[in-house]
Amino acid sequence: MDRSPLPLEQLQAAFTETYPRYTENEAFVEASRCLYCFDAPCIKACPTDIDVPTFIRKIATGNVLGAATTILESNLMGHTCGRVCPVDELCVGACVLGAEHRPIAIGRLQRYATDHLFATGAMPFEPAPPTGKRVAVVGAGPAGLSCAGELAKLGVEAHVFERSELPGGLSTYGIVVMREPVAVALEEVEFVKRLGVQVHTGVEVGEDLDPQRLVSEFDAVVIAAGTGKVPRLGVPGEDLEGVTDALDFIAATKMAEKDGLAHLYDVKVGREVIVVGAGNTAVDAATIARRLGADRVTMVYRRGLGDMPAYDHEVAFVRNEGVDIRLLTQPVEFLGEGGRVVGVRCVRMALGEPDASGRRSPEPVPGSEFVLPADQVVLAIGQEKRLGLFAAFGLEVAHGYVKTDAELRTSHPKVFAAGDCARLTGHALTVTAAQDGKIAAKAIARQLGLDVPAPAPGEPTGRPILTQPPVREQVGGVGG
Amino acid sequence: MADLTTVFAGVRSPNPFWLASAPPTNTAYQINKAFEYGWGGAVWKTIGDPVLNVCNRYGAFEMGGQKLLAINNVELISDRPLAVNLKEIAEVKRLWPDRAVVVSAMVSSNPEAWRTIVQQIEDTGADAIELNYGCPHGMSERGMGAAVGQVPEYCSLITSWVTEVASIPVIVKLTPNVTDITKPARAAVAGRANGLSLINTINSIVGVDLDSFELRPNIGGKGGHGGYAGPAVKPIALHMLSQVAIDPEVKAAGVPISGMGGVQTWRDAAEFLLLGATTVQVCTAVMHYGFRLIEDLTDGLSNWLDSKGICSVSEVVGASTHRVSDFGDLDLSFKTVARIDEDKCIQCNLCYVACDEGAHQCIDLTVDGVRIDPAALAADRASLKAGVGPQGRKPQPKVREEDCVGCDLCSLVCPVEGCITMVEVPPERPSVTWNELVRTRPDVTTDWDAMNAYRAEMGIDIH
Repeated sequence: MDRSPLPLEQLQAAFTETYPRYTENEAFVEASRCLYCFDAPCIKACPTDIDVPTFIRKIATGNVLGAATTILESNLMGHTCGRVCPVDELCVGACVLGAEHRPIAIGRLQRYATDHLFATGAMPFEPAPPTGKRVAVVGAGPAGLSCAGELAKLGVEAHVFERSELPGGLSTYGIVVMREPVAVALEEVEFVKRLGVQVHTGVEVGEDLDPQRLVSEFDAVVIAAGTGKVPRLGVPGEDLEGVTDALDFIAATKMAEKDGLAHLYDVKVGREVIVVGAGNTAVDAATIARRLGADRVTMVYRRGLGDMPAYDHEVAFVRNEGVDIRLLTQPVEFLGEGGRVVGVRCVRMALGEPDASGRRSPEPVPGSEFVLPADQVVLAIGQEKRLGLFAAFGLEVAHGYVKTDAELRTSHPKVFAAGDCARLTGHALTVTAAQDGKIAAKAIARQLGLDVPAPAPGEPTGRPILTQPPVREQVGGVGG
Repeated sequence: MADLTTVFAGVRSPNPFWLASAPPTNTAYQINKAFEYGWGGAVWKTIGDPVLNVCNRYGAFEMGGQKLLAINNVELISDRPLAVNLKEIAEVKRLWPDRAVVVSAMVSSNPEAWRTIVQQIEDTGADAIELNYGCPHGMSERGMGAAVGQVPEYCSLITSWVTEVASIPVIVKLTPNVTDITKPARAAVAGRANGLSLINTINSIVGVDLDSFELRPNIGGKGGHGGYAGPAVKPIALHMLSQVAIDPEVKAAGVPISGMGGVQTWRDAAEFLLLGATTVQVCTAVMHYGFRLIEDLTDGLSNWLDSKGICSVSEVVGASTHRVSDFGDLDLSFKTVARIDEDKCIQCNLCYVACDEGAHQCIDLTVDGVRIDPAALAADRASLKAGVGPQGRKPQPKVREEDCVGCDLCSLVCPVEGCITMVEVPPERPSVTWNELVRTRPDVTTDWDAMNAYRAEMGIDIH
């Protein structure tokens, strides 16, 4: 494991935003293709109900500020969502032009609009006069910022407490820079702050701040703390030098990008990298390892192709990057020499009977062990739940997540929860986190007796009740 | 392969496509090049009195990324010295004996000036003269161009000055900036014109710059009306062409018409031919794409004629003019209804909103064949989000044929080719026209009670 062997120019190209910003004319031409459907399916497919045909028409008419306003009215995290949303699964997937034509590039148009607004520094919203109500939000990721911003618009004094040095959550630390540069995440935070939200970083609730004090001093508390580190795999050799947490690996490249892409040389990368896991985080880590110059990157996954949690387009993308995927392969030991990892002992798996999740459970094939050489191992096998924090607030928990009702009330009457920490079911995406923030903000405002605009006809007041199995990835990939 | 040879007032050309008098026909260089590409004829950019031009000269009307849907111009007639033009015309005609070389002219309104220019043009060997009675800017303020074309008496008088002295055919080019195009057309015929051409450009201001508040085209901070041409004017040109083509006096005189105004493709040209044009002139399309367009113009027209089993382009000239009718002679019992092909429908619902808010409320949105209350659409959206009912279902627009008034708006807004068609259905009552009603049941056409009684009698229900 060492610094990237690549020349700076190549590194810069590999870590620049994948899709260049639309020129004015490109945006106009693409926006002009939109049919402006009535009761458009793209709106239905957006978890935050962005009025997509309206904002696209505004781009086509040259009212780009108005377009951005339409987006941010529905989703204060629209600047990030335009970059990271799995649009093929959402709005673009619903576009009526997808059938026989080319669907509208909604994400890129959204990004064009919000980029314009952020470049001009415009503030299209005027927060309501102060109500005297105060709400504490734990976590400055998309759910917390969305919630705090919506509360600030209603005249609530919102304080966000963030344990990391920088606000923005996964937008700042977890989404690969090819998809979202750190500056984008930070300017989105600045926008929320301009609504009146106070963001306190480097403050860990439960360590630096007593949870009970928050409950007693604020009118309501929102837990939007996300998830924790990648858990241990529980095999020998996990403490060897060269065994890395995928989130730390990605975060290192984010911080390098923030300081200038030359700092990517500060990120250590192996020549032969094994990534354990098969979700979108694993895809991101594998992509980064390749782009930092690893000769060979192999993802190992104990189940089959169809069970991979990463989106299909992400899987196709990472294969295109030159990453090998070893399916039905389970690491059983990390091998070391002189304290450094040199290989991964794996065992072949075979699919047995369906388990509780309905997937056929993999079982080791006796005598099938083999060793893959590796000088870096990146673990991307999920994230730990922040059970200690939940307990400190005395919250009921279900399967490691804060238990809430559809309006995101927890078992504690003054405490709400939003985002990944409360996402027992459904898609853990930036856009669903942003929607959670809106739902919680409205529920809090109603609880505090504030003047909340009545829901528009059909406007959902709570979370959708999803029946499909949860998709457990938050980070969002670089492909597609 | 169909014969595209055209004879217009005795002037032959190998195909009906002439370049209109405009910037593409400014020089011998351009016209030689155009003839090498295969253009059948060219009308030389108007020669006449001395002028000086301005810049900017052109402005464009654009929409949805489509450039030059129309062009607006304030360029004047040829600003090259008259002698240079005359010399080049002679040279071009000598080089291209088989092509139609027509010279557009415009001089001050006195007989002597016209006699002189006619003689100068004839000396070049040109095939015909086109009198520019259409230029709407610059020249009209000096009493020329549209200033003549808008006054039938002037039109007739000046035409007769020219036809008295000319030995080659005289074509009069009409301005569309009039209320009734047949008036100047008849005046030109009265002046013994050998042919008519139309339309010249339409008065227009193409736009205002929202940053500077200046007009487009901007001429040193000012602007004014210019001549509007290009694809967007085609429907106006077709209408005016049809009015002239069916005019009894024009028909009686037997003068041919050279049609123009927005011709960009062979399809456009075919429509001009069907409505009575013997030749078709092209300008804006060439300004946009160059002379090479002629290849598809002739090839496409020829293939279309072949596909119709028509041997000669002359056979289609005016073939649709007998269908041009006044409203009063249209059959009130003719009935069509809209049908939506649900296999092709992409559920954009543009037909629904157009019908519901812009027309006659005959399209429903349905789910599983059951009409849904439009007011409940939003609630339906919420239920979709909440996972109630099948995920991702989209409302399907359906026409209530018994209520459909056959207006055709839905099929016009539908973005899917062949998805909505207007289907002719058997008439529900005997054929009758408004004019027949005026004759046979005059009370019905003037009195609402009588009209209501008539509707009840005929089973006409208007919701």
